[in-house]
Amino acid sequence: MEEHTKRVMIIGGGIAGIQASLDLGDMDYQVDLIEQKPCIGGRMAQLDKTLPTNDCSICILAPKLSDCFRHPQIKIHSLTQIEAVKKIGKKFDVTLKRQARFVDESACINCGQCVAKCPVKVDDQFDMEMRKRKAIYLYYLQGIPAVMAIDKEYCLRLKNLDKNKEVCGLCQKVCPKDAIDFMQTDELYHLETDAIIVAIGSNQYDPSPLHLYGYKRYKNVITGLEYERMISASGPTSGHIRRLSDNKPPKTIAFIQCVGSRDIRTNSYCSSICCTYSTKHAILSKEHDPELQSYIFYIDLRAGGKNFQKYVDRAKNEYNVKYIRGKVAEIKIDENDNPILYYEDLNTFEIKTKKVELVILASAMIPTKNSDKITSILDLELDEFNFIKTNLETPVSTNISGIFACGTCLGPMDIPHSVVNASGAAAKAAEYLYKLNR
Amino acid sequence: MKMKKKEETRIGVFICHCGTNIGGILDVPSLTEYAKTLDNVVFTQRNLYTCSETGLSAIKKGIKENNLNRVVVAACTPRTHEPLFQGICKEMGLNPYFFEFVNIREQCSWVHQMDHEKATSKARDLIRMGVARASLLEALEKHQIDVEPSALVIGGGISGMSAAEILANQGFQTIIVEKKPQLGGQLLTLHKLFPNNMDPEQILRKRDEILSNPLIKVYTSSEISSIEGYIGNFDIKIQSTEKEKGEESKQERSVKVGAIIVATGSDVLKPEGYYNYDGKRVITQKELEELLKQDQFTYQKIVMIQCVGSRIPERPYCSTICCMTAMKNARIIKKNNPETEIFILNRDIYTSGTYQEEFYRDTRKEGIIFSRYDEAHPPEVTDHSVIYYNFSQNGNIEIECDLVVLSTPLIPYPESESLSKMLKVPIDEYGFFLEAHIKLRPVDFSNDGIFVCGTCRWPGNIPESISQGYAAASRASRILKKGKFSVEGGTAWIDQDKCIQCEVCLKKCNYKAISRDEDDKVVVTAVLCKGCGACATTCPEHAIVMRHFTDNQIESQIAALLEGTTSD
Repeated sequence: MEEHTKRVMIIGGGIAGIQASLDLGDMDYQVDLIEQKPCIGGRMAQLDKTLPTNDCSICILAPKLSDCFRHPQIKIHSLTQIEAVKKIGKKFDVTLKRQARFVDESACINCGQCVAKCPVKVDDQFDMEMRKRKAIYLYYLQGIPAVMAIDKEYCLRLKNLDKNKEVCGLCQKVCPKDAIDFMQTDELYHLETDAIIVAIGSNQYDPSPLHLYGYKRYKNVITGLEYERMISASGPTSGHIRRLSDNKPPKTIAFIQCVGSRDIRTNSYCSSICCTYSTKHAILSKEHDPELQSYIFYIDLRAGGKNFQKYVDRAKNEYNVKYIRGKVAEIKIDENDNPILYYEDLNTFEIKTKKVELVILASAMIPTKNSDKITSILDLELDEFNFIKTNLETPVSTNISGIFACGTCLGPMDIPHSVVNASGAAAKAAEYLYKLNR
Repeated sequence: MKMKKKEETRIGVFICHCGTNIGGILDVPSLTEYAKTLDNVVFTQRNLYTCSETGLSAIKKGIKENNLNRVVVAACTPRTHEPLFQGICKEMGLNPYFFEFVNIREQCSWVHQMDHEKATSKARDLIRMGVARASLLEALEKHQIDVEPSALVIGGGISGMSAAEILANQGFQTIIVEKKPQLGGQLLTLHKLFPNNMDPEQILRKRDEILSNPLIKVYTSSEISSIEGYIGNFDIKIQSTEKEKGEESKQERSVKVGAIIVATGSDVLKPEGYYNYDGKRVITQKELEELLKQDQFTYQKIVMIQCVGSRIPERPYCSTICCMTAMKNARIIKKNNPETEIFILNRDIYTSGTYQEEFYRDTRKEGIIFSRYDEAHPPEVTDHSVIYYNFSQNGNIEIECDLVVLSTPLIPYPESESLSKMLKVPIDEYGFFLEAHIKLRPVDFSNDGIFVCGTCRWPGNIPESISQGYAAASRASRILKKGKFSVEGGTAWIDQDKCIQCEVCLKKCNYKAISRDEDDKVVVTAVLCKGCGACATTCPEHAIVMRHFTDNQIESQIAALLEGTTSD
C-alpha cells in the first residue's frame, strides 16, 4: 500500500492527539505529533484519578505515552509550535518552530544530577505553581520524551549569555553525558504534510476576576486543577490534602460548581465535566480522610456519561457527600482563614451561610491560550465561544478540507468523548488520505 | 528463540514505587533487598515509575549489562502494562514470554492500605512466587493470522452508516445488516433535530450515498443468525426476510469478514404504568414527534415531565438527550402557536457543553416555563391537570393541561443479549454493550476485532453517534489495513499420547477452539484459544498443557509460597 508514504500532522499531544496518532500510526501513516510543552501527556497527565472507576490517571496514560514514543510511524516534536501554513497543491507546507531545549535530547539519560545542582527555583506550572522546580527540569515525572529542558527565562547562564563571563553552568559540569548545550537556538523548519488534526486542548478559567469568590485573595480557595495536583501522589503535597494557609488537613470542603460557566458575565456555556469531577474530588477526599465532610454546591447536576449518575449516587450514599442546590454568591473568611459561603438554598429559597475549611472552585474549561494564534494560522472557523467550529453532521471536520479537529478544542468534554473524537478524526483523516490522488 | 539446555537462568527483578501508590504503603527498598536473596536472581532495582521511559530504559540497561534472560516486574496490573514490558523484552532480544508480572499494587498496597507491614510481607511472598515461576518460563511464539479486508456493521442507524461510510471510503468491502426494512434507525422517527431544527432527511442523505456505494452491501429486514470464527476471519450467517409478490420468504447467506462493528442502537422506553400513560392524552416525546410530523398537533396547554423511568433506582442512568428533545419540541410547538402554554417539569436540566446550554437559555426566553419537581414526591397526573410540589411555593401547584408529554430514556434492545452471546462480548446490568475500557477504549471490545458504537453502548445524541461510528471504523481500519494480526502464544495444547478422546474438553470450550482434525484427533485451534484453561481443568487424563501456565510453573509458585510460610 502507498499509505505509508502519506503524512499526517497532529497538533497537540494530549490524550486526543495521542489517540489520533496511535490510530493513524497503526494504519501505517507517517505521523508527526507536535507538542509545544517539553513532554506529551496534556491535561490528563495532571489528573490524579479518573472517574467513574477511580483509575489512576497517569497509570492508564503512561502506556499510551510509551506506545507513542516507541511507535515506528510516530515522530514526536516536543517544544514545537506551528508558525505558518501554506497549501501547495494538495499538501500543507507547515513552518514549525522548535524552541531550544538546551539539552541534547538524544544524549540526556534523565539521571537528575543537573536538577540536584541547579541553584534556581521556579514556580512549577505543571503543579499549578504550588511548588518550585529548578530552571533545568523534567516537565513531569512520567513525561515523554524523558529528557530535561532548561527554562531560558530563569537559567543564570542563559540570562547572562551576553555578559563576558560564564555564569553558573553547574548542570553542564555535573552532566555525565555532556548533554547540556547552552548554544542551542530556536529553530525554524518545514514539514510537508497531507492532512492535519488539531487537538490543542483547553485551559482552565482563571477565577480571579470573580472577586466575590476571593480566589488568589484567600489561600483556602483553590481551583479544581490545583486540587487535582494536591491529591495526586506525585503532586506538591505528595497527595496530602492541606490548607494553603496553615498546612493543616481540612475536615470540611465545599466544591462550588459553574465557576466561569453558565454565567453570562464570564462564559455562558456549560463546562460539562465539573459536576462529575467535583464528585470524584469529594469521593477521593473521603478516601484520604474518612472523617472529612464534602459539600457540593450546584445548579443542575449533570452526570450523563456512562455510569456517571451511578457514581454520583455512590458519592451520596457511600461517601456521604452532601449535594446542595444553590449558587454561591460570595465567600468571606473568618479570622482563621476559614471560608464562609453565602448562598441561596434552592430547595427552601432561603439565604444561608456555610463555614468550611477549604473551598474548591470547579472552574470552567476555556479555549487554550494560543488557540487564537493556531486557529488563525490554519484559517479555522470558530464558534461564538472561540472553540473550533464543526457541524452536527460532520462533528470532527473543520471548515478547511484536510484539517480535522478533536478533543476539548471543540468544546468542553470528558476523556472518553475526547478519545472517541480523536479516533473519529483519525478515521476522517484516513478517509481523506485514501481519496487523495485517487 | 530457544534456550540452550545448560544456559544459566539469570533473573532481573524490577520493583515499582508507582509514585506513592505502592511506595507509600510497601517498604520497597526492603523488598528490593529481599528479591536479591532469591534463587537465580542476579539483578534487582527499584524505580519510581517502572512504566515511564526512564523506568523502561532502566530495564533495558539491566538486561544488557547483566545478561538477564528472565525479567520480573513487581508493579501494577498486567491488564494495562504487560504488553509494554513484554515489548521491552522483545526489543532487547528476549522472548516476551520470559517476562513475569507480579501485581503488588492491586493485590498488596491498595487492598491492605491500613497494614503496611503485612502488605509488604504479602508482596515478599508474591515476588518469591513470581521469581520461582520465572525460572520455569518457556519461550513461546505468537500466532500470525491473515485478516480478511472486509467488515460487517450490525445496525443501519446513523452510527452504523457513519462507520460503514468510512470503511468503504478506505477501500474495504463493508456489509450492513439492518433488521428494519430500511436504513436510518431512530432518525426515521424524528421530526426535527436539535439544536437547529434540521430536517432528519438532510442527514439521511447519507443513506443514498451508502446504497449507491459499490463497496457497501446492505441487507435490510435481516438479522444475524450466527457468528463463528475470530479476528480477521469471522464467518457470519445472515438471515433475511424477502418479500416477493406479497409472499414472504426467508433466505440465509454466509459471509466472511475481518472485523465486526456493533451499532444496533436503542429503543425509547414506553412508560407503561407511569403517570397514567395512555398514548393519547399522556404520550411520550417520540409520540409527540409523530404528531408534529403529521401536522396533527392541536393542544393548547402542555406539561412535559422529565426523567420518566430514568434516574430512578431501577434505572439510575441519565439518558442525556431527553432535556434537549423536550425543549426542541416545546419550541416548535410554541413557534407554530405562540399562545400555547408549555411547562417542563424537571429534576435537573441536562444541557451539557456549548450549544446546548445556549439552547436552554433561548428556550426560556421564548416563554416556556421550567419548574423543578421533587423526586421524592413525583408529580400526579389527573385527567385535566398535573399536580406537583413546587419548591419556591413550599406547596403543591396544579397546572391545567390538555396534553402531558413524558420524556423517557433510551433503553437497550432486548436482542442485545442474544447478540452479545453470539459475539461473546459483555453487556452491562442494563443491557448496554460494555466496552474494553470505559475511559481509554470506549469503542473497543476486549475481544479482538469487534467494536461498538452509538446508543447500543450508551445513550447519546446524533453528533456523538456519528463520531463513535467514525471512531469504531478507525479502530477496525487499523486491523484491516495491516492484513495480519498476531495472537497470544499462551494457549492450550493436547498431548495426543495421553488423550483418550473423551471430548469433555471439546464440550467445555466456550470459544469453540477444540475440534477433531482430519485424522480424527482432538486438537486445539490456537488462534481461537483464549488460554482460559477451562479444558485443562476438566481433562481426566491431564493431557492438556496450558502453555505459559503449565502445571510445573504453577506448582513452583505454590511451593515457593509454602516455603515462605515455614521461615516467616
